[in-house]
Amino acid sequence: MSAIRIPRSPKVLIGAGIVAFFAVLTIIGPYLAPYNPSATNFNANLTPSSTHWLGTTALGQDIFSQLLVGARATMIVAIVAGVVATILSITVGVAAGYLGGKTDEGLSLLSNVFLAIPGLPLLIVIDSYLPTAGRSNSFVIGLVISLTGWAWGARVLRAQTMSLRNRDFVEAARIIGESRFRVMVFEIAPNLLPVLASSLLFTILYSIGAYVTLAYVGLTSTAVWNWGTMLYWAQANNAPLANQWYWFVPPGVCIALIGTGLALMNFGIDEFINPRLRAGGLSAKVRRASGLPRRPRLGFTPVARPREMSAVGTKVGA
Amino acid sequence: MRMLARRLSLYLVTAWVAITVNFLLPRMMPGNPVQQLIGKLTGRITPQQVHAIELAFGIGLNQGLWAQYTGYLHQLVLGNLGVSITLSTPVATVLKSAVPWTVGLIGVSTILSFLLGTISGALLGWFRGSRMDSVIPVATFFQAVPYFFLGTVMLLVFGSSLHWFPVLGAYSQSVTPGWHWNFIFSLVRYGELPVITIVLSSMAGWMLGMRNMMITMIAEDFVLMAVAKGLPRRKVIMHAARNAVLPSVANLSLAIGLVVSGALLVELVFNYPGVGNLLLQAVLNEDYPLIQGIFLVITMTVLGANLLADIFYFVLDPRTRTEAAV
Repeated sequence: MSAIRIPRSPKVLIGAGIVAFFAVLTIIGPYLAPYNPSATNFNANLTPSSTHWLGTTALGQDIFSQLLVGARATMIVAIVAGVVATILSITVGVAAGYLGGKTDEGLSLLSNVFLAIPGLPLLIVIDSYLPTAGRSNSFVIGLVISLTGWAWGARVLRAQTMSLRNRDFVEAARIIGESRFRVMVFEIAPNLLPVLASSLLFTILYSIGAYVTLAYVGLTSTAVWNWGTMLYWAQANNAPLANQWYWFVPPGVCIALIGTGLALMNFGIDEFINPRLRAGGLSAKVRRASGLPRRPRLGFTPVARPREMSAVGTKVGA
Repeated sequence: MRMLARRLSLYLVTAWVAITVNFLLPRMMPGNPVQQLIGKLTGRITPQQVHAIELAFGIGLNQGLWAQYTGYLHQLVLGNLGVSITLSTPVATVLKSAVPWTVGLIGVSTILSFLLGTISGALLGWFRGSRMDSVIPVATFFQAVPYFFLGTVMLLVFGSSLHWFPVLGAYSQSVTPGWHWNFIFSLVRYGELPVITIVLSSMAGWMLGMRNMMITMIAEDFVLMAVAKGLPRRKVIMHAARNAVLPSVANLSLAIGLVVSGALLVELVFNYPGVGNLLLQAVLNEDYPLIQGIFLVITMTVLGANLLADIFYFVLDPRTRTEAAV
């Protein structure tokens, strides 16, 4: 396996930048917070000022501190859910795709069932039965979310595994007597990486949405600060109608930003998997420099070669 | 037909799983949540109600799990979903008045968002690399915003600040519901903002998927052939789009669950009298029979919608029909 080429389109760079920013915030956010997010010793409903950058809540808590501290719980749940769900989808997807037959039928049925059941209502039902201790535990919530979020990845991975399974190099590995496990882990898995990365990003995106939604509905502990709890309290105190935009807009925008970052990175991976999409990702400057027409000609897919930065019109599928 | 039969059996299995999960969850959860709820409600509800809850969740029964399960299935077949704790009315009755609102709202929004997303995605794919590509990051942003947050912002900006749309509720309090123009007009006006919210949030997925398929499709020989024949551009785009749309339609049935999940919360924001609003009330009040009933009804409705989407695909793609003959 050669070194993985990382696509460097502006989309991917911006996406990675946003995600990196929030990753750093997850680690240092709680230390940066100027005040204790739960402390109620300020005046209530202050508008943004130099002491309280985003004002205070109806209980007199510093909103900026809540935003900084809330990043951590939001991201931890999303990462736990994303990683667990991805492990589940690799196990189910690769096994189904590689083993085929009855195993495939059973596992595909399982993932299709989980895809067909609407995720959020199921989450709400499971969560409403959780004891309070479970609701305040990021890992428990993450696990519950992963249960509803693995099926899509399993489906995509299964399709990719099936297409790899009969390639010559896999056949060769089988013929020289590698065990099934070894073929799956060392021959097939590395070639699944782009699909896997895309599915991981997608699952993290889903998990952030699911967690924030649960918190907004009031189904996670309101003592744990995350962006959803902030929205829950803002809604409970009628912040939107009182025009306290500095209370409910920042957490929502943070959620949207990190989601956009993840999705932009995913575009990069899509373009990596399917080179035809790549031409669309070239900036106008690159296109001009490499002499490409502004609008790609029909039937010809312009391909930019990253090394020498020259582009040629290549007939694809001829 | 084989494809449809396969899908149908998948949905039957899914329905069974949902029902069984619904049965097992309250019985398997640690900490006995239902027992705790009864403890909290003591004094507020009649002994008959306590008994009904205990029966429904299998507490203090001298019955095995299997006997409880068959009893539960029997009640479901009879359409008996239990009695809501807070509303003291049968869950089925409560749901009957809420379901049409949700089906209407989400149905209209899903169809609109699919049509708009697919058409704009086809155009974006055809004119790839042009200035239109700048729509992509914007669309991605809207896709990443939680439905309920976008709803809140829309409500605030276009509802209570600019007064462009009437908000809160499904129709004006001054008209009486019925099949006359006043009511229908009010219904449409009040529905606009929630529908726009759901469409904005869910459209990007269709748009980007369609764009990708369109770009792949354009490189095919049959499109080049269509251009070479001198067909007008509009016809060529249609020609390519018809073929590019198939994966979108195939995904339609899977995406419905996601859209429903998001849209349920939009109801909460706009105080729409549908199932989503009801579910959140039930969650706040820990009304377990109602939560369970709503979950079942939502799941069954989504499965029904999935089947419709599959039939649509079946009609659209002749290959699924010839498969049986081969």
